[in-house]
Amino acid sequence: MALLEIKNLHVSTEDGTEIVRGVDLSVNTNEVHAIMGPNGSGKSTLAYALMGHPAYEITEGDILVDGESILELEADERAQRGLFLAFQYPHAVPGVTVASFLRSAINAVRKAKAGGEDDPIKIPEFRKRLDAAMKQLKVPKEMAGRYLNDGFSGGEKKRVEILQMALLQPRLAVLDETDSGLDIDALRIVAGGVRELVGPEMGALVITHYQRILNYIKPDFVHVFVDGRIVREGGPELAEQLEAEGYETFTPEPVGGEA
Amino acid sequence: MATTETQVVGEIGNEYRYGFHDPEDYFFKSQRGLTREVVAAISEHKDEPQWMRDFRLKSLEYFEARPMPEWGGDLSGIDFDNIYYYIKPTETQAKSWEDLPPDIKQTWDRLGIPEAERKFLAGVGAQYESEVVYHKLQAELEEKGVLFLDMDSGLREHEDLVRQYFGTIIPQNDNKFAALNSAVWSGGSFIYVPPGVSIEMPLQAYFRINAENMGQFERTLIIVDEGAYVHYVEGCTAPIYTTDSLHSAVVEIIVKPGARCRYTTIQNWSSNVYNLVTKRAVAYENATMEWVDGNLGSKQTMKYPAIWLMGEGAHGEVLSIAFAGEGQHQDAGGKAVHVAPNTSSVITSKSISKNGGRSSYRGLLEVAKGATGARSKVVCDALILDEESRTDTYPYIRIDENDVDIGHEATVSKIGEEQLFYLMSRGLSEAEAAAMIVSGFVEPITKELPLEYAVEMNRLIQLQMEGSVG
Repeated sequence: MALLEIKNLHVSTEDGTEIVRGVDLSVNTNEVHAIMGPNGSGKSTLAYALMGHPAYEITEGDILVDGESILELEADERAQRGLFLAFQYPHAVPGVTVASFLRSAINAVRKAKAGGEDDPIKIPEFRKRLDAAMKQLKVPKEMAGRYLNDGFSGGEKKRVEILQMALLQPRLAVLDETDSGLDIDALRIVAGGVRELVGPEMGALVITHYQRILNYIKPDFVHVFVDGRIVREGGPELAEQLEAEGYETFTPEPVGGEA
Repeated sequence: MATTETQVVGEIGNEYRYGFHDPEDYFFKSQRGLTREVVAAISEHKDEPQWMRDFRLKSLEYFEARPMPEWGGDLSGIDFDNIYYYIKPTETQAKSWEDLPPDIKQTWDRLGIPEAERKFLAGVGAQYESEVVYHKLQAELEEKGVLFLDMDSGLREHEDLVRQYFGTIIPQNDNKFAALNSAVWSGGSFIYVPPGVSIEMPLQAYFRINAENMGQFERTLIIVDEGAYVHYVEGCTAPIYTTDSLHSAVVEIIVKPGARCRYTTIQNWSSNVYNLVTKRAVAYENATMEWVDGNLGSKQTMKYPAIWLMGEGAHGEVLSIAFAGEGQHQDAGGKAVHVAPNTSSVITSKSISKNGGRSSYRGLLEVAKGATGARSKVVCDALILDEESRTDTYPYIRIDENDVDIGHEATVSKIGEEQLFYLMSRGLSEAEAAAMIVSGFVEPITKELPLEYAVEMNRLIQLQMEGSVG
């Protein structure tokens, strides 16, 4: 049984426009999957749908985590099952510091794990983990006291997304265009952070337009995503082919089946 | 904030926590309704000097002569004939919590006041119905000449000082409810801080209404002498009844040259209380007056803490938070009147409306002729949580001087679906996510509070948020 299983998934916007048009995909721990596609192909919609964004309706198909459908679960319950989405455009929450937010989020997940009983992380332990993660991701210490994403540069936002991922320890991380807005040094650090977390406890689904981030994250599987469907699947060599030839050569002829 | 949230999460599902009430076993309770006889009886009961008795009776005439205000909130539900204007719960005032009758002591225990006193307060006054039943000030402050008494004791023991200032900042005919308070006032705090004395920990007064249809009319007078500093905090709660109670206080503050006074209110009346309060301070040369005003409870609040900047270099600040839930109207704001040159003021108002609640910012900024170099900034931010709720802004500005620097900003925002989704994707429930956004919204004000009060304010906001979404 796969950690995440997407079966014939169809997703529409509120006005009824179908954006994702039949996707099949399985992701396990220890695996990095890349979804590569041009702008407007529906990649971000797929990411939002996985996380349970209320503006997107699943009209057909299913999403399973550990063999159980999560379609009826709210975003917070999906997070508590171990899903994580690194946003392409993270939202600002003025007045709430990064540290305070992270602690609340960790405690919410811990509470769910403890069957609804409060089980707050001890403050020294939280500090220790936060310091270590910030150091590893080269996030300046003062960021912990700043208001979440409020006035952050694009690069700062992306790093703090990965910082959140490191502290929340999800089982499946979906990274939506995490590479956009990052310079090469930042990209290397962020990709290193992701690669470090992938292992027996976590798998990752990296959504990107460019091959660049994949040089550092090194996917095990590559899925080419055009017009709401996966049109080609393969290993890391597929990413290089894409980079050389562009998306035009991939006719939108869907291929199904397991990765 | 995280600690608070953890505590609070455990309380989700609770209603207003202070809605309990004690059995009534009172030393003295006046008849319902307001007459000359009731006013005279209050004065008699308190064994007051003739001038105060005359002041009360004259105030009653002003009250009767003035029409009900037609601006602000809907006050049509107030039935002046149905209110108890004076209730004396105990015969004497206690100096230790143990000396209080068990019911009353238990109330304060449940509100956590004795514990707070031990931990972080320099002095405490606790008013129950019309009288302050407990009062204590740290001995070292008493030795420095600090006076912190209930207003009635202040009048008895320091009559000259009281007579010099009482009713000078807020005249008895200032408005209908100030006149009412002037006629039937009882309790409240009298504070005098001698020159140069800085009181590091706050003094706190706690106001509790227990009886149904009670009218509480405390009267507070604070004099901060030259170069002195005091932070005074008040908190308010009441039981939930099906019929209404009235709280109508008057607070007068004199901040002398170079002195500083901060006055913090965390008002959490139950949703059947009309809260109609007049608060005004005068600040002399280089003095600083700060009002921190948190309005979370009550049915209808009308309150606009005012600062008159009378001396050159005086500075005034009003930080106001209003939270209007179902059936609530918070009509709150602040006033700054610049009389002297080079004075400055900042009014920051943050309001939240949910479940059909209504919050209004109502403020006055006035610069008199001759107040050259006056600077003022007014910022009003409103957050609306649903379609049924409402917010309004009524800024009144009168400038009679050219050489001034005035700024006014107002924003209205809603909690966005995207912002909620972002927080929920990290594991927070919808209610927790909304509460976090609201806590962040008011953070510029809560960060000004001492830690204990910031915790309390956040906790109250969390409680208000429960059941407001989803």
